Amino acid sequence: MPHDHADHDHPHTLLPSDPALRVKALETILTQKGLIDPAALDEIIETYETKIGPRNGAHVVAKAWTDPAFKAALLKDATAVVSELGYYGRQGEHMIVVENTDEVHNIIVCTLCSCYPWPLLGIPPTWYKSDAYRARAVREPRKVLAEFGVTLLSDMSVRVWDSTAETRYLVLPQRPMGTDGMDEAALMDLITRDSMIGTGLASAP
Amino acid sequence: MSAPEPVFEAPWHAQLFALTVHLNEVGRFAWPDWADRFSATLKRHGVDKDLSGGDDYFNAWLETLEAYLSETGAALPQDVAQMRDAWEQAYLSTTHGQPVSLG
Repeated sequence: MPHDHADHDHPHTLLPSDPALRVKALETILTQKGLIDPAALDEIIETYETKIGPRNGAHVVAKAWTDPAFKAALLKDATAVVSELGYYGRQGEHMIVVENTDEVHNIIVCTLCSCYPWPLLGIPPTWYKSDAYRARAVREPRKVLAEFGVTLLSDMSVRVWDSTAETRYLVLPQRPMGTDGMDEAALMDLITRDSMIGTGLASAP
Repeated sequence: MSAPEPVFEAPWHAQLFALTVHLNEVGRFAWPDWADRFSATLKRHGVDKDLSGGDDYFNAWLETLEAYLSETGAALPQDVAQMRDAWEQAYLSTTHGQPVSLG
């Protein structure tokens, strides 16, 4: 690691890594040419760090669990339904929601890069972007699921959905037992990020 | 309950992500074109080793963006290299704790 002064005083500011310097260089050049607005970059980072994340997806799932008409509309045309809630793709992608049932478990992946339903789940976790997950989720989904602690009955089928730049998926997990009478806000706390990727299940109350 | 994972592992990942999303939003390129190019870089980088999805993932991202901006003439490699070195000098000549700026 270049310039890692861990144990002694450093007279000058810690030098950023080579890629960090290259990113700064791009920003400076593009700003000087008037091609980008640096304030817009800060706003995008702020949005992804504080406003966009799995809570958005959990909101959609909890609504689907409590409102049958909403769920029917969501499964038919997710793009329109989630847009109405204010969750729409900055890249204009199409959203599809796939429902877990007693017979079918769904799991999402992007084998080519890391396409992911940003407006509903935020930035993907590192493992979602790893070669290991991207290759194995398709080849041996049951094994991958078992490593995440999800064991499926042998008569259940697994469907793997490969996301693209144009189409992103969200898993609608099954509503856990013992949650009758819980309201949307309480249900949201049971809905984990992984349950909407398909590498987890909704938590028990 | 465990602490939430940070959205971005390193500040430069966030800067690079935001820069790319912004360039898309102001119409410099279409997102599917970006995804095609990025996929190709990831594939090339992943031939000899398994990518972990962390720094190596964003290194591939940066390489893709640099190549694209070079092709379109928006940021030429020699200018980027020069600007990178200028920033490095600025960091090395700034006293710790002071804001860093280009001279």
